[in-house]
Amino acid sequence: MLKINNLHARVEDKEILKGINLTVNAGEVHAIMGPNGSGKSTLASVIAGKEDFEVTEGEVILDEENLEDVSPEDRAHKGVFLSFQYPVEIPGVSVTNFMKTAINESRKAKGLEDMPAKDMLKLIREKSELLEIDRKFLSRSLNEGFSGGEKKRNEIFQMAMLEPKLAILDETDSGLDIDALRVVANGVNKLKTKDNAVIVITHYQRLLEYIVPDFIHVLHDGKIVKSGTKELALELEEKGYDWLKNEAVVK
Amino acid sequence: MDLKEKLVSSFLAFENNVDVDNPVHDIRTAAIKNFEAKGFPSKKEEAWKYTSLNSLQKIDFSIFPKMESNLEFKDVKKYFLNEIDTYKIVFVDGVYSSFLSETTHEGVDVCLMSSALNKPTYKAVIDVYFNKIACKDDSLTSLNTAFSKEGAYIYIPKNKIPKKPIEIIHFATGSEAAALLQPRNLIIAEENAELQIIERHQSLTTNEVLTNAVTEIYAAKNAIVDYYKIQNDAHSSSLIDNTYIDQKDASHVKVHTFSFGGKLTRNNLNFYQNGERIESTMKGVTIIEGKQLVDHHTLVHHIEPNCESHQDYKGIYDENATGVFNGKIIVEKLAQKTNAFQQNNNILVSDKASINTKPQLEIFADDVKCSHGCTIGQLDKDALFYLQSRGIPKKEARALLMYAFANNVLESVRIPELKTRINKIIANKLGVNLGFDL
Repeated sequence: MLKINNLHARVEDKEILKGINLTVNAGEVHAIMGPNGSGKSTLASVIAGKEDFEVTEGEVILDEENLEDVSPEDRAHKGVFLSFQYPVEIPGVSVTNFMKTAINESRKAKGLEDMPAKDMLKLIREKSELLEIDRKFLSRSLNEGFSGGEKKRNEIFQMAMLEPKLAILDETDSGLDIDALRVVANGVNKLKTKDNAVIVITHYQRLLEYIVPDFIHVLHDGKIVKSGTKELALELEEKGYDWLKNEAVVK
Repeated sequence: MDLKEKLVSSFLAFENNVDVDNPVHDIRTAAIKNFEAKGFPSKKEEAWKYTSLNSLQKIDFSIFPKMESNLEFKDVKKYFLNEIDTYKIVFVDGVYSSFLSETTHEGVDVCLMSSALNKPTYKAVIDVYFNKIACKDDSLTSLNTAFSKEGAYIYIPKNKIPKKPIEIIHFATGSEAAALLQPRNLIIAEENAELQIIERHQSLTTNEVLTNAVTEIYAAKNAIVDYYKIQNDAHSSSLIDNTYIDQKDASHVKVHTFSFGGKLTRNNLNFYQNGERIESTMKGVTIIEGKQLVDHHTLVHHIEPNCESHQDYKGIYDENATGVFNGKIIVEKLAQKTNAFQQNNNILVSDKASINTKPQLEIFADDVKCSHGCTIGQLDKDALFYLQSRGIPKKEARALLMYAFANNVLESVRIPELKTRINKIIANKLGVNLGFDL
C-alpha cells in the first residue's frame, strides 16, 4: 500500500529525513519509535503532504502512485489520514459541521453527491458511540477549549468518520490518561481491517500494549536504524534508545 | 470647479427648497461656513494620514437627488432581512420611498427626518437633540449638517421597546453618473427604552456614489441600543460614516460594523459617556481585497466614573487592500474606575495588503483599567495543513480559518437571522460553499 524509498526531506536548510525506506502493506500495523528530534513527526507530515518540508530525494508511493506534487487534500481524498499531535482550534465551527465539510469535500473529489443529512447523522452517532463521545461534545467548536485527551479522542473520531486507507497516528498517546488511552486504542483497533493500515508514531512503549504492532521501526537522526517485531518495543523500554544510537554510529 | 466650491455654491440653491425661517436653518448656515473654512480633510491631518479623499474630490458628483426612481421590491428584496419582520426606512437616491418602507407612530416614532425637522410636533425634540452631540468643528460633519434634510428619525419614549428591529436602507440606482448622498439620522432612546437597528447602503449599479452620513444617537438612563452597520456596497461606492453617541447613566450601546464592500469606507465612531455605569461596545469585522480601503477611527470619551468600553476589531486584507484602525480612548480625571479595553487583530493574506493600526490612549485618572492590543499576522500554515489533511481544499480551508478568526465578533450579533445573513455574505465574499451555514 505505502512504499517509501530513500526519502530525504528538509525544512529550510536543515535536512531532517536522511534516507527512509519503509513498506507498509494492507492489514498491517507499524510502529515508529525513536528519541525526540529523530524525525518521527516530520516523516508523518511528509507522508501527509505538508508543504513546509521539501523532499530532496526519494519518493512516497501510495498504491503505485507517486505522491509528489499531490496536495494534502488530495492525499486525504486518496485515503491518507494524519492524527495530529497538536490539533488546531477552529472557533465557531462545530465538530459536526467540520466533519460534514470534510466528508462532503472528499465525496465531491470522487464525483459523488453530498451525503444525505440522515446518513450523516447516523454515521456521526455510530462513530461517536465507538469513541464514547458525548452528543454535546459534537456541537462544540472544533478543539476549542478541549482538554488534551478530548483533542486526541476527537482526532480518532475524525479518523473513524473518514475511514482512511492509511492512518498515521502522531503521538496520539501523549497527554492521555490511562482510561482515555484505552478508549482511543480500542477505537483504533475496532477500525482496523485487512484492507487498511496504521502507522503509530510514539515515543513510549505504553500505547503499543493496546495497539499491538506487526512491525516496529526505530528512527534515529533521520534514518531507520533498526526494525523488528513487537518484542523490540520491550527491549527499547528496558535499555532506552542510547544503545541504538551507539550501534548506528558504529555502523 | 472643484467639489468644495461646487458644494458651497450649491448651498444657495438648497436654500430655495427649505424653510429658511426654521431655527434648524441657522444650524445649517453655521455648518456651511465651517465647511467652507475647513474644506475636505487632507492627508496632512493626522486623522486622515492614511486615507486620501483627493480622487473622490475630482469626481463631478451631482448634489441634489432627482425624483424617486421606480424600484420594484422584488429587485431589492435580497438586501432586506426578510427572514424576520422589521420596520423599514428606505431611501432611493436620497429620497424617501414610502412604497418600500414600513414606518410607525404607534407608541414609538420610526419615521423621517424631513418630517421631524418640519412638523411642529417634533420641534421640542429637535431643539434638544438635533446637532447637539455631532461635532460642530468637523468639516465633513458640517458638510452633512449644512445640507441636512432627510434621513431616519427614531424616537423611543420612556420604557418602550419597538415590536421589531428597524432597518435603515439607502439605495443608489445610478440615475446620475455620480451621486453624493448625505443622509442625516437622529435616534433617541429615552429612559429604559430598547431598540435594534440595521443599517445598509447599497448601490445597484457601478456608477459612482459617495455617501457622507451623520447619525446622532442618544441613549438615556438604562437605555439599550444595538446598532448593526452592514457595509457590503458595490466597489464604485464610497462611504464616510460619522456616528456620534451620547450615553447617560447605565445605558448600553453596541455598534457592530461589518465592512466587506465599497471602494473607500471611513467610519468615524464616537462615544461620549455622560453618566456613570455606562457600557459602550464597538465591534467590527473587515474583509476586503482588490484596492479597497476601510478606515476605522473610534473615539471613546470616558467622562464620569465606573464606566466600561470594549472594542474588538478584526481585519482580513487580501491583494492590495488597505486597512486603518485608530482607536482613541480618553479617560478624564473624574472618570475613576474606568475599564477600557481595545483589541485590533489583523491578517494580511497577501504581501501587498497593508494595515495601519494605532491605539491612542489619553488617561488622566489614576484608578483605571485600560488595555489595548494589536496584532498583524498571516494565516496559520499549520492550521491550514490541518484542515487540508482532512480533505478540505485550500480555498475552503482558508475561508474556514478566516471565519474562525472573526468568529468572536460574529458571535455577539444578537439577531440570529442577521448573523446567518452576515455569515452568508462572508461565504459569498470568500467564494466558498462549506455545505452548512457558518
